Amino acid sequence: MTPEKYRELGLTGEQVRDMYRLMVLARELDKRTWLLNRAGKIPFLVSCQGHEGAQVGAAAALEVGTDLLCPYYRDIAMVLAFGMTPTELMLSNFARAADPNSGGRQMPGHFGSRRLGILTGSSAVGTQITHAVGAALAARMRGETTVVMTCFGEGSGNQGEFHEAANFAGVHKLPVIFFCQNNRYAISVPLEKQVGGGSIAARGQGYGMPGVRVDGNDVLAVYETVRDAVLRARQGEGPTLVEAMTYRLVPHSSDDDDSTYRSREEVEAAKRDDPLLRFGRYLRNVGVMTEADQEALLQKTLAIVDAAVSEAEAAPSPAPESTLEHVYAATREEH
Amino acid sequence: MAVKNYIEAITDALALEMRRDERVFVMGEDVGVRGGVFRATAGLLDEFGPQRVLDTPLAEAGIVGTAIGAALNGMLPVAEIQFVDFILPAVNQIISEAAKIRYRTAGDFHCPIVIRAPYGGGVHGALYHSQCLEALFTHVPGLKVVTPASPYDAKGLLLSAIRDPDPVLFFEHKRCYRLLKGDVPADDYTVPIGKVAVRREGSDITVFSYGLMLHFCQEAAEDLASEGISVHLVDLRTLLPLDRESILAAASRTGKALIVHEDNKTHGIGAEVAALISEEVFFDLDAPIMRLCGPDVPAMPYSSPMEKYYMLDQKKIADKMRELAAF
Ligand SMILES: Cc1ncc(C[n+]2csc(CCOP(=O)(O)OP(=O)(O)O)c2C)c(N)n1
Ligand SMILES: [Mg+2]
Repeated sequence: MTPEKYRELGLTGEQVRDMYRLMVLARELDKRTWLLNRAGKIPFLVSCQGHEGAQVGAAAALEVGTDLLCPYYRDIAMVLAFGMTPTELMLSNFARAADPNSGGRQMPGHFGSRRLGILTGSSAVGTQITHAVGAALAARMRGETTVVMTCFGEGSGNQGEFHEAANFAGVHKLPVIFFCQNNRYAISVPLEKQVGGGSIAARGQGYGMPGVRVDGNDVLAVYETVRDAVLRARQGEGPTLVEAMTYRLVPHSSDDDDSTYRSREEVEAAKRDDPLLRFGRYLRNVGVMTEADQEALLQKTLAIVDAAVSEAEAAPSPAPESTLEHVYAATREEH
Repeated sequence: MAVKNYIEAITDALALEMRRDERVFVMGEDVGVRGGVFRATAGLLDEFGPQRVLDTPLAEAGIVGTAIGAALNGMLPVAEIQFVDFILPAVNQIISEAAKIRYRTAGDFHCPIVIRAPYGGGVHGALYHSQCLEALFTHVPGLKVVTPASPYDAKGLLLSAIRDPDPVLFFEHKRCYRLLKGDVPADDYTVPIGKVAVRREGSDITVFSYGLMLHFCQEAAEDLASEGISVHLVDLRTLLPLDRESILAAASRTGKALIVHEDNKTHGIGAEVAALISEEVFFDLDAPIMRLCGPDVPAMPYSSPMEKYYMLDQKKIADKMRELAAF
């Protein structure tokens, strides 16, 4: 990142500070869920650590309120950028009735909120990718300028649904950003055993769209790539496949033991390229933030996380009998 | 004889059969270096190498379709689906292909694959890591569906499944993996597909179950024994084909039948067992056939109180048993 990079991209100091704030918030919320899990307070988590740069860079290129998101389970920073609050995320972690994603029904990481333009998804990887194409189709049918972003891991990009979705969008030139967060592992299976040819981006050509590989730990590079893709999409030029190269800094989930399939040296090396540290350093270098600013932000963030945890923990669980609700419409409601 | 838990019995069967028969190999997501996310294939990569222990790309239609192709060309693949919930992308391959290959070629080809998958809830797995999907497949002639409920059966039935000439879906209740321990002979033995096991002899009511629920039924039956109610408990073990004779004999024995399963009720295994009994031995019955099953909602929620509400347990089962006994 050159010193002037953020200004060349048309971003203000305030905007890049806010991007950094989101990354710190996502990281601290994530770190806290590990503590809560290890303390036996929440049964399960999936983590976004290492992906914050890719997610915040991409989200910053979208128009929250207009654009739609079909996320995957690692998109904590992404949904924060779309307006989900720390308390809402914690309500989901604690499976409370007020969890806006699912009323405590889905595992954490299964985001969905009509209010925020986040389409609901399941655990079955790749299913959301086709939804993004359909949502883009609907928007275009109504003459709207909405762009739909969908996220997935490189392993999940091997599901038939990815290929079917990409081809559909390519044929119909739909405004979709296929945003692959390539962290080089699908649980234990490394990239070379997962992706023939080694590149998700290279598949774009076959489906009639540009495929771009970008350093996912470089927030501004991701922003630039996705901004261009969004511009194309909004101008009716069709979809783009973006492959953000990153690394998952922690195990796959709270049930995983990553020492069984990757060396500590490799993980330590990846930590040196942590997007959060990199962006923090950059902002200090260009004088947008001082070390004291960043320390103050961290303290403020920790207080936000504390408050979110307290509020969520104290919130009520769903009533047991509510298990039977929402199978079908309760009345002949409008649709 | 060694005491092993349920998942060790599975690993045992895989290793034994891979040693015995060169055509057998395992494939699936994370089955190699990681030894499976539940560790069912732990150690196999070291012993048999990456040619026979394949980490596949993350795509279930591809896993099952590839297994079918290998079987058509002389191999005996054992495919692992990481959670039964994720078998759904492969349903086309299972139902359109595997189930129909023998039939559509008038016996020229057959499809000796095994698909292993952990299923079932009560593990905070939420909607997509808790499902019981057996009823989707028991409606499909050409498939066999096996659900062992003990370490001994897990090994013996898996060996039978791999040696079976037709496609077998082998569903392992994930709560059983480390919960159940039992004697498992180190050597080669099989448990036949298509045969029930009577887990407890009794004279007042007959209860049919399988998987984790079988254990809850066993505990409930003990509660009832102390109240003077005698339960005849049948482990179905194989859901397709059903062991008709044994089911009918067990129902006739007490004249009162209850089917218990974790899967939801409507169009479930219980419906088929009940229909079979009422069709064949209606006049031996002294009470309406009863079912106790999961609720008819799309899947198990994550929240603990909801999960508890959804899952059957010893008490719910004992109450239902009493209701039938009192009829
Ligand atoms: C259809 C389906 N199959 C298997 C799984 C189990 N599973 C969950 S995440 C995962 C690995 C995903 O890897 P990748 O797509 O690279 O995303 P990452 O977790 O690395 O971000 C697997 C195998 C699943 N959720 N859905
Ligand atoms: Mg990955």
